[in-house]
Amino acid sequence: MEIEKRKEGGVLIASVRGRIDAVTAPDFDQAAAEIVAAGEKTLILETGGLEYISSAGLRSILALAKALKAREGRVVFAGLTGGPKNVFKISGFETIFGAYDTVEEALKNL
Amino acid sequence: MERDRRLRAPASLSSLGDLSAFVASCLEEGGHEPRRVGEVGLCVEEALVNIASYAYPEGPGEVTVTCRETAEGDLVIEIEDEGIPFDVLAREDPDVRAGLDERQPGGLGIYLIKRLMDVVAYRREGGRNILTLVVKAPPGRRSAGPGS
Repeated sequence: MEIEKRKEGGVLIASVRGRIDAVTAPDFDQAAAEIVAAGEKTLILETGGLEYISSAGLRSILALAKALKAREGRVVFAGLTGGPKNVFKISGFETIFGAYDTVEEALKNL
Repeated sequence: MERDRRLRAPASLSSLGDLSAFVASCLEEGGHEPRRVGEVGLCVEEALVNIASYAYPEGPGEVTVTCRETAEGDLVIEIEDEGIPFDVLAREDPDVRAGLDERQPGGLGIYLIKRLMDVVAYRREGGRNILTLVVKAPPGRRSAGPGS
């Protein structure tokens, strides 16, 4: 799993690639902890390059979302596709977080 | 697939790569499409995580995964451990319509298995927990009979 961060119009966008499974979820948690520690409120997770996510990854995302919500922030998703999109749908995560096709669309809806 | 294929490994997350690759090779041999291979890999991970977390509170144990193809081309995957009795299917499903505040971590792994697999079954037999996952034959093979 790799995470690359950038800012667009003051909004943090984290691009996640590869797999978030039970083995790599702690790496995601660490990146998430850095984002929270930096005082960020709003985050777009760009997941076009996310190939696989299991319940361990969903758990990490839930924890991150709860931490951001505690400071009235939120996380939205852009570019979910394939297996991860289906996992999000089954888990109800698409509804909870809002999932957009592109980062541009996500930015417009923040 | 002429006969059962079996892999035995430590019941820990360190086995995830080996078990996933093993099951993927069984599915690819049966002509299953990549999307399905990914979904089954996810279910195998969820089952392994469960066993690694709960089956052996006293110390290390093992997990055995067996793949067998039926005459109809379905793939039957059995995931076994010799740990404490644990019927994963007896767990209540999480409320996937709950909002962020109501959501508690946990429970989604088993739920994903139930939703993604064609058939899921649990039995306790000879001191073992046996979780059976059935993956229906890929569309192109469904009408093919044995020996084809």
